[in-house]
Amino acid sequence: MATTSERPVALGNAWTRWFRHGDGLFAAIVALFSVLVVGLVFAVGVVTYLGSAEARAQFGAGFFTGIDWNPIETSIQAVTFGAWPAVRGTLLTSLIAVTLAAPVGIGIGIYLSELCPRSIRQPLSFMVELLAAIPSVIYGLWGVLVLLPFFTDVLANPIADSLGTIIPALAQPVGTGRGIIATGMILALMILPTISAITRDVLAVVPNTQREVMLALGATRWEVIWGAVLPYSRAGIVGGIMLGLGRALGETMAAVMIVGNTARISDSWFQPATTAASQIASELTNATSPLHESALIYLALTLFAITLTLNLAARILVAQLSRGAASSRF
Amino acid sequence: MSMQEGDTAMEQTRPMNLVGGIAATAARARERRAGSVQLTGPKIVAEHFNFYYGAFQALADISLEFPALQVVGIIGPSGCGKSTLLRAINRMHDRTPGARGEGRLTLDGQEIYAAATDPIQIRRRVGMVFQRPNPFASSIYANVAYGLRLNGVRSRQQLDERVEHALRRAALWDEVKDRLHRDSGTALSGGQQQRLCIARAIATEPEVLLMDEPCSALDPIATLKIEELIDQLRAQFTIVMVTHNMQQAARVSDMTVFMLMDEKTRAGRVIEVAATAQLFTSPGDARTEAYISGRFG
Repeated sequence: MATTSERPVALGNAWTRWFRHGDGLFAAIVALFSVLVVGLVFAVGVVTYLGSAEARAQFGAGFFTGIDWNPIETSIQAVTFGAWPAVRGTLLTSLIAVTLAAPVGIGIGIYLSELCPRSIRQPLSFMVELLAAIPSVIYGLWGVLVLLPFFTDVLANPIADSLGTIIPALAQPVGTGRGIIATGMILALMILPTISAITRDVLAVVPNTQREVMLALGATRWEVIWGAVLPYSRAGIVGGIMLGLGRALGETMAAVMIVGNTARISDSWFQPATTAASQIASELTNATSPLHESALIYLALTLFAITLTLNLAARILVAQLSRGAASSRF
Repeated sequence: MSMQEGDTAMEQTRPMNLVGGIAATAARARERRAGSVQLTGPKIVAEHFNFYYGAFQALADISLEFPALQVVGIIGPSGCGKSTLLRAINRMHDRTPGARGEGRLTLDGQEIYAAATDPIQIRRRVGMVFQRPNPFASSIYANVAYGLRLNGVRSRQQLDERVEHALRRAALWDEVKDRLHRDSGTALSGGQQQRLCIARAIATEPEVLLMDEPCSALDPIATLKIEELIDQLRAQFTIVMVTHNMQQAARVSDMTVFMLMDEKTRAGRVIEVAATAQLFTSPGDARTEAYISGRFG
């Protein structure tokens, strides 16, 4: 022991550095964890790929554009599986969700970090974050019991009767209100806390000097936010929106309860539809045949590919935004 | 122990030399500027001005006159309130909860802290340069154009002219004229960034320029360039500069304000105001002499 303590620590040999001091061991353990995570993503890819073999063999790339989903043979239609209704429903509901939630979420973030009195900042932040803690099945329940009746009476029918006469996507019939737009609205609520919390956090790290410069130039509060704070943090805000989009794409439970679970393409977005996640969740347990099951796994593979692609696109966008700051217009 | 005794012995001889050095600097600066300094009326006047952060009084009974078109240096040890005083002039404390000014502080006779005074109007007349260069992460051109656009300048031609004019006055034009739109303001060197910030501040033609230790983050050569620049800007702007560097105050300012924190209340007070050469040659207050000779602070 005495010799160990006399040896200069920094000059210890590789063995000492790696094992006696434990650095190497620690590094190896955390590296293992990281490999596990990467391996998990890989494993999900492999399982969905292998599980969808039968459906892939039968439908190939035509699966993505196929508009019919008939698990049961009838006198008028053969068994066939096409993903387009589900893919379209997933993309449309998520798009609506982001379109609704992004401006509101950014607004909340701005209020929390720039304008709100110090005394209510903490409680308000907490409430917004609490929104993220509500289980999605409760959102779904609330959607069915509260949002749908309100939505049909106050929004959907009046809109369909007015704007709907010009825009086919907003046309009648509204029916029960279950459909793409109602689902998009519920999803918007669910991703709101993500967008607002991230916006608040990225605004909070904007250096104060950036605000002060604008103030010193004679800017109003609005001009400070618009001219200095938002440009400085736009990469982070876009990142927050993309995170919200990711959640909307994969959200299952609320979609199952609201979207109507109908694998059909209707002109009107008020009509029942389906999303990839809700279709898989609602059909997998009572799949009628191995091909049906395989088709659902193929649909899962498709959803996986969509989220991966959008995430990658988001990364590239964020990287370009942070690099291309010189092109700021204001 | 012997080390400490040696230090004490040295301290007794050092102060005189230091005072002599700074006084010489101040005298040289005065000679260099002889004839160029105009006799002018006061631009900014403080009369029994107090400033508070909540219950804490940061400035006590400040009475001062900042003459127009001159450079006033504010010196003093850390915490003496010199930055607070500077930032009180363009109401930069407005965002700080509980911060408030009392007493009179006027710009051309207009009360800066009157209820009817629009802080935005004050800030458009009083430009500011900060301690650390803080360009926006946008192009060099856009950095200078920011304030102009805020002031409603929209015509491309007018923007081009005024951006060029400001960059020339900030002695930066030749270094950046080929990459105005290509390079980000943050891509420049520290000294260039600070001159860009000066260009940004003067582009809107304010009357007063506040500088909060503008060279503290810069190397000596960049510092020298900024000081030369300040020497030229005095022809058009009333400049108030806070500095930690007494040599800099001696070189650059026409008038020097020495501030000190009250030991009991911790509020900042003005101890002495005098023409720079006079303050550094024959300080009127023992505390000023102690500070400029390096005995504390």
